[in-house]
Amino acid sequence: MRKMLAAVSRVLSGASQKPASRVLVASRNFANDATFEIKKCDLHRLEEGPPVTTVLTREDGLKYYRMMQTVRRMELKADQLYKQKIIRGFCHLCDGQEACCVGLEAGINPTDHLITAYRAHGFTFTRGLSVREILAELTELVCSAHVYVLPFPGRKGGCAKGKGGSMHMYAKNFYGGNGIVGAQVPLGAGIALACKYNGKDEVCLTLYGDGAANQGQIFEAYNMAALWKLPCIFICENNRYGMGTSVERAAASTDYYKRGDFIPGLRVDGMDILCVREATRFAAAYCRSGKGPILMELQTYRYHGHSMSDPGVSYRTREEIQEVRSKSDPIMLLKDRMVNSNLASVEELKEIDVEVRKEIEDAAQFATADPEPPLEELGYHIYSSDPPFEVRGANQWIKFKSVS
Amino acid sequence: MAAVSGLVRRPLREVSGLLKRRFHWTAPAALQVTVRDAINQGMDEELERDEKVFLLGEEVAQYDGAYKVSRGLWKKYGDKRIIDTPISEAGLRPICEFMTFNFSMQAIDQVINSAAKTYYMSGGLQPVPIVFRGPNGASAGVAAQHSQCFAAWYGHCPGLKVVSPWNSEDAKGLIKSAIRDNNPVVVLENELMYGVPFEFPPEAQSKDFLIPIGKAKIERQGTHITVVSHSRPVGHCLEAAAVLSKEGVECEVINMRTIRPMDMETIEASVMKTNHLVTVEGGWPQFGVGAEICARIMEGPAFNFLDAPAVRVTGADVPMPYAKILEDNSIPQVKDIIFAIKKTLNI
Repeated sequence: MRKMLAAVSRVLSGASQKPASRVLVASRNFANDATFEIKKCDLHRLEEGPPVTTVLTREDGLKYYRMMQTVRRMELKADQLYKQKIIRGFCHLCDGQEACCVGLEAGINPTDHLITAYRAHGFTFTRGLSVREILAELTELVCSAHVYVLPFPGRKGGCAKGKGGSMHMYAKNFYGGNGIVGAQVPLGAGIALACKYNGKDEVCLTLYGDGAANQGQIFEAYNMAALWKLPCIFICENNRYGMGTSVERAAASTDYYKRGDFIPGLRVDGMDILCVREATRFAAAYCRSGKGPILMELQTYRYHGHSMSDPGVSYRTREEIQEVRSKSDPIMLLKDRMVNSNLASVEELKEIDVEVRKEIEDAAQFATADPEPPLEELGYHIYSSDPPFEVRGANQWIKFKSVS
Repeated sequence: MAAVSGLVRRPLREVSGLLKRRFHWTAPAALQVTVRDAINQGMDEELERDEKVFLLGEEVAQYDGAYKVSRGLWKKYGDKRIIDTPISEAGLRPICEFMTFNFSMQAIDQVINSAAKTYYMSGGLQPVPIVFRGPNGASAGVAAQHSQCFAAWYGHCPGLKVVSPWNSEDAKGLIKSAIRDNNPVVVLENELMYGVPFEFPPEAQSKDFLIPIGKAKIERQGTHITVVSHSRPVGHCLEAAAVLSKEGVECEVINMRTIRPMDMETIEASVMKTNHLVTVEGGWPQFGVGAEICARIMEGPAFNFLDAPAVRVTGADVPMPYAKILEDNSIPQVKDIIFAIKKTLNI
C-alpha cells in the first residue's frame, strides 16, 4: 500500500499542479481523528456485539477512501475493457460492495486468511495484488513486471500468468477466486483447520453469497467448524440477488446470520465501512479466543448485474439501483463523514480521485499492451515440484512441455 | 519395530489357509505383510516423518478405520493428527480417506475443481499436496452403488495423479510417494486385497522405501504376449499366465501401478517385443483404462509391431449385480483372461 502511494506521488510530483490549492490543503488544520456512531448489529446467540461507536483516524480514513475508490474505478475499467472485448469469459463486478472488501481487510491482519467465490476482484486487491496485476490477469496477459513479489518459499509471481482469468486469482493468504458456487466454504473451513493445527492465532474469513447460502456443503462446513471449534469467520455477502433470483424467492429464511443455527451470528450494515470493520474486529477476536466459528452477514448491494452478460435490470428496477446509489453508496458515506468531521477536505478527496483514475488508466494501458502468455507455456503448472514432461495437444503430434 | 512385528504375526498364521485359495509366491520364512498392514505402515512412517501430514476420514480414528487400514494410528498420534469426520462427502499435507471411492462422488467437485485444477489455474502459485485414498472397485456382495471403479474417471483429469497398488509392496511404496508428492494424488486401493499377505522384500521394510509414481512394473517376463493390468486383476493375470505357461505360452505381465501419468514406455517396449497386447481391468469398458492404452498404442511406435488387434478384458457393462453368480461374471475372471489371450494369439 505504502509502495503504491509512494510510486503514485512520485509520478504526480513531476506533473504540473495547481500550487495554490495545494498550499491551501497543506495549511488547513484537519482533525486527527473523529468518533462516529455506527449501526448496531443484529445478534444471534451472542450476548454482546461490536461497539456502536468507533474512532476513525484521518490516516485510516484516507487509506480506506483511496482503497474503495481504487476498487470502484478498477471495476468500472474492467466493465469498459469487457465491452471492448479485451476481457473475455466471465466477469463478475463488485462495485457497490467496496465497503465489504476494504472493511474486512481493515479488521484483520495480513497474516490472516481469506477465501471467496467469483466476485473476487475487490478482495484480490485488498489482499495485496496491484491493479496492474489484476487487470493484466483479466486481459490474459503475462504480467511480466511483478510489482508484488509473493514470499511463498521459492516462488515469484503476482498473477496467474493468464491461466486463471477473473475467477482464479490468488495472493498470499488469499485463496481465490473460486468458480463453483459454495465450494470455497468447505475449503475455508479447511484453511481454518490448518490455522488451528499450526497454532499461530490466525483466522480464516470464508465468504459466500446469499445464493450459495442455501447449499448443503455450507451446512456441512458449519457442522465441522463448530464441532472442532475452528477459527473460521463465515461471511455471507448478501447483495439481495443470487444471479437474478432475489433472496425472497430463494430462501425460506433470509436471516442469513442465523442460518448457522448453533453458530453465533451478526448482521452487519455492509455499506458502512466502519460498521464492517468493527464487526470484523469483533468476529476475529471471538475466533482467536478459541470459541469456535462465527457467522457475519454483510448486507450490501451490487450496482452491476450478476456478470457482464447480465444488464441487471430484468429482475430489479432501475429505481432501486438508483436509490441505493444516492442514499447508501459506501464511498459517498465515508466521504461525507470525513468532510463533515474535518478529517479531510473535498478538494483533497478529489485529488485522490484523480490519482486513482490515473493509476487505473496506467494499469489498463499496461494490461492492454503487455503481450499474451507465450503459447509454449500452455502446458506449464500441471504438477508442482515435478521434472518437466510432455503434455498432449489437440492431436498426437502436437506436444507441449510442462514445467512445474 | 515391535508394533510392526505385532502387525505381521497375525497374517503369518493366516498364510497357510490362504495358500490354498489365492495365488502368490512365498517362502515360508520370509516376511509376509498384508496389503492393509503395508498401507498402515506407510502412513505411520510418513506421519512420524512429517508433522504436517495428518489423516482424516469417516471412522479413521476411534473405529480404527472402516477397513482397519488406519488401525492403531489414532492411539499413537492422537486427535490432532488423526481426525474422525462426520459423514460428509491448508501448508498442511492431508490424507483424506474415503470409506469407498463411491462416496468420493459426493466430494468429486472438490477433488477435481479445487484440488486437481488449482495449481494450473493459479499459474503455479498454489500447490495442493493432498492424498485421497480408499477402496475402489468391486468388492463382494456390496452391489451397484458400492462397487464402481473410478480409475477412468480420475485418470481423465490433468492435474491429478492416480495410482493403483496391487500387492503390499505397491501399497506401501505408493502411499508413501503419494504423501510426499506435492500434488493431489488419488490412491485407488482394493478392499478384497486388504487382507492378502505378500512377501515383503527387504528394501520395502525401509522407512524410505518409495515406489516412483508414473512407473509400471513387469511382474512376469514373457515373450508371446503382453498383458497389462492394474490392482487386483494383476493377480488374476499372473494366475492366467501360470496356467498358460504349462501350455507353452509365456505371458509378460505388466502391473501398471500408476494410472496417471501412465507409463506407456514400458508397455510399448513390451509390445514391441511380444507383438500382442491384452489389457485387463475391473472397470467398465467404455472410455476405460484399456481403451486409453489401445488408443495410445495406435499412436506410437508399437503399432507396427502388433500381429493382431489389441484386446481388452474389462468389467461387464452393467451396474454391479448382487447375486453371486451374476457378480462373479461381472468382473474379469481368470478364464476370461485366458480366453482373450488365446484369441489374440489365435490358438
